[in-house]
Amino acid sequence: MHLPILSVIVLTPIIAGMLILLVPSDRKNIVRYIALAAAIVALSLSIWVYFNYDISAGGYQFVEKYNWLPELGISYYVGVDGMNAPLTLLTGVVMFTGVLISWGIDDRPREFFAFLFILASGVFGVFVAQDLFMLFFFYEIAVFPMYLLISIWGWIKTREYAAMKLTLYLFIGSVISLVGGLALYFGSGLNTFDMIQLSQANFSESFQIFWFPFVFFGFAVLGGIFPFHNWSPDGHVAAPTAVSMFHAGVLMKLGAFAALRVGIMLLPVGAQHWSWLILILALVNVVYGAFIAMVQTDFKYVIGFSSVSHMGLVMLGFATLNKEGLTGSGIQMFSHGIMTALFFAVVGMVYDRAHTREIGELGGFSKKMPWVAVAFIIGGLVSMGMPGFSGFIAEFPIFMGVWQVNPIIAIIASISIVITASYIIRIIGQVFFGPMSEEFEHHIGDVTIKDKVVLTLLCVIMITIGIFPSIMSGMVSSGVDRILSLFGGA
Amino acid sequence: MVIENFGPTMVLAILPEILLVVLAGLILACDAIWKPETKRVLGWLTAGGLLLIMVISFLVATPQGQGRLIFGGMIRQDWLSFAFSILFMFAAAITALFAMDMKGVGQKGEFYILMMISTLGMCLMASAADIIMLYLAIETTSIPLYILAGFMTRDDKSTESGFKYFLFGATASTIMLYGFSLLYGFTGQTNIYQIALSFYNPEFPKIAIIGSLLLILVGFGFKISAFPFHFWAPDVYEGAPTPIAGFLSTASKAAGFVVLVRVLVSIFTPSAAPEWINLLAIVSVLTMTIGNVLALAQKNIKRLLAYSSIAHAGYILIGVVAVSQLGITSVVFYLIAYLITNLAAFGVVMTFSQVVGSDEISAYSGLSRRKPWLALAMLVAFLSLAGMPPLAGFIAKIFVFAAAVKVDMVWLAFIGVLNSIVGLYYYLTVLKHVYLFRSDDEDKPLFISRPYTIALSILIFGIILVGTLFGPWFNLSTQIASSLF
Repeated sequence: MHLPILSVIVLTPIIAGMLILLVPSDRKNIVRYIALAAAIVALSLSIWVYFNYDISAGGYQFVEKYNWLPELGISYYVGVDGMNAPLTLLTGVVMFTGVLISWGIDDRPREFFAFLFILASGVFGVFVAQDLFMLFFFYEIAVFPMYLLISIWGWIKTREYAAMKLTLYLFIGSVISLVGGLALYFGSGLNTFDMIQLSQANFSESFQIFWFPFVFFGFAVLGGIFPFHNWSPDGHVAAPTAVSMFHAGVLMKLGAFAALRVGIMLLPVGAQHWSWLILILALVNVVYGAFIAMVQTDFKYVIGFSSVSHMGLVMLGFATLNKEGLTGSGIQMFSHGIMTALFFAVVGMVYDRAHTREIGELGGFSKKMPWVAVAFIIGGLVSMGMPGFSGFIAEFPIFMGVWQVNPIIAIIASISIVITASYIIRIIGQVFFGPMSEEFEHHIGDVTIKDKVVLTLLCVIMITIGIFPSIMSGMVSSGVDRILSLFGGA
Repeated sequence: MVIENFGPTMVLAILPEILLVVLAGLILACDAIWKPETKRVLGWLTAGGLLLIMVISFLVATPQGQGRLIFGGMIRQDWLSFAFSILFMFAAAITALFAMDMKGVGQKGEFYILMMISTLGMCLMASAADIIMLYLAIETTSIPLYILAGFMTRDDKSTESGFKYFLFGATASTIMLYGFSLLYGFTGQTNIYQIALSFYNPEFPKIAIIGSLLLILVGFGFKISAFPFHFWAPDVYEGAPTPIAGFLSTASKAAGFVVLVRVLVSIFTPSAAPEWINLLAIVSVLTMTIGNVLALAQKNIKRLLAYSSIAHAGYILIGVVAVSQLGITSVVFYLIAYLITNLAAFGVVMTFSQVVGSDEISAYSGLSRRKPWLALAMLVAFLSLAGMPPLAGFIAKIFVFAAAVKVDMVWLAFIGVLNSIVGLYYYLTVLKHVYLFRSDDEDKPLFISRPYTIALSILIFGIILVGTLFGPWFNLSTQIASSLF
């Protein structure tokens, strides 16, 4: 069983991307089928990894390690544990659904899929990386193609602005954590970028307290933490549908995950020292994001800000540094990824037909697109944290964890559930029910089979986890145990 | 360091230089004999000849063990000189390919001859171990470049470019020569390693050391276009024939860095280390900041690349300032990565302006629809300049910043990374034209002739190779750097 399965997952998209670039530009269907094939390979392998991960054994599995630059202790080192196996699966799902959603792209699909797949490789690489250098390497590969994807295929009104804003925000964040990462490397004196060894480096307390903010907040910019969240709604809205799905569904988790893996796991004392700050900022995310989402009139902006709000919950769980909170965050990253991918897919389907996203102008779409309406309602229930759906499995432990740290913060944060319910119900009411305006009545048809496959797949995942939480919670909590052991068995 | 007595192996050590002279003579002969229509083939001859010289150098002139001083201490044969000679010849070969199809340039034999002589000068710069030799090498490099910058005599901008380059260059080199004369006056020595020994005496007045250092830095600062000696770069690059602008910004700049590093490490590090480190740290910050900020406003792609190359000099100076094994290694690695990347960037500009006849950034609109492969080459080159993985520029930047962090100059690393964000902005602005904007010329064909295709493919492949399999390149850089210590 020494098939280098993780490497295959990481490299499949980028190789497919290169292959796609070699196809003549007018053979658009060949491009699409290559993309679909690669997505299916990546998805099935990530499913295989997920279900073959041995929870009772724990630790890192499917490990592969090759020297990259031994003189500096840089290696290509991958492996999955309870935290990143769900995220790898998430990436596989979003990649697959993203390809199906983007089937209709007619402007330079060759370049579109190539850039999208370079991004996907970067994302897979970060999630499975065990080497700090490799993590940075793939992190930047994951972030950059966003610029091209948004600015070329995005919403014409804001794409230039949004793409540049997003890129600059994310790169400022990433280079700041890069300097922090280099400081860790030299500070440890171990001459290795291996994160498992670095986590045992025993950095001094003052060192940890000084460097933690750089590393954590540098990555957390991509996780959308307040006050550095501003790029994200603009970016989501300007991006084409598949890219929004990738962006909100996977990339924001990339930031949160890297902040966890590099910030919290390598500098635990720093994390304890600064957790109050993360707690407060994440609380602002949760509540403020929800309020802003409530007053938006653009369908896609509502979803964009709801992502800010939900990612706040992930950060809130991190800040608790206890088992419940971290487990909740781990599941929330997956659950929110699927949910928000679904939301953006729905927004894209509505927009493609109505050519407007103003909530006031839409209405009555459940008659024309029943599948879409049902899917959105399911997503909405997940978003509100309704029992029986994955959102509940994720959010409930987070609130439990926060309560242990500070009940007042838990109470304030729970306000967001009410606000979330209010904007989700408003959208359901105004977009999918109510009267349909004359101009839409005639030319709006139902979605394609491919779209229905996407919606069904995403909904089934959310419901399955909601009903059988043990599929994921056991795995995530095995990963969390490893994190907590770094805190001296706290 | 012992100066060796003459032996036949010494001739092998300068074999690359000898062969360069032979090649220049061959080109001269062919130029006299061949008919004007066939003179374009001189480009192939130059590139092929250089390739042959590189192969021969690898076979017979590879330095053994530690470096040695030969020819009465004029020349030092070590990995630094050897590897950079190869690099300069590589750059010259690529430049010859880019120049072949340029009207009024590539069909003239003297263009290639001048370039060979300049390359010869650079090789000698890399190996010079004596200030007299060093000065002669710098002049051998510069004088042909003055002519080449003003090569298109019918074009006012090119003439202006050549003249401007000459005036600035001559002034800077005079001041540097004065610095050299002070070195000789204070120590009575001309060999770099002997001077270092004299300076090592703690009773030697510091003011004398620092005074001569400042004067010498004027000349080197001009070569690497560091602040405040960068003013010539944009004007000269804009007016000079594009391949020559590329050559100036890569090979000539790399040669400047090689002598800078050798002189600083050998002469001044034992005697005046804190002083020059502080001074160059400030120069580095100003160079990259000014280069990046001024690049933001550029409308002409060659001027933009000129300012970007100033900014890159600033990044490389970070590695110089972090003087240590890792610091110099990162400088060498950066120079390798930067050389292939910037050659590719200028190559794309050359290819494009050859057909379209414009260097305005706005003319690049719609390029990705017009010629997807050229657009992709440009994307790779510019992203590597901006420091994106998996391209060479990313690794190079990381090593430079790592060197700074290692010697506790975290503030310098922070200024560097923030500057690279500014850089990212203007590189993206160009790519926005290439990929995003549309133009009326989109459907017009854009013909790329064979030399461009070959040269660009080699460079793009190199950028990705250095960016992904960076291990061997890093080890090579380490070996080169260790020859200095």
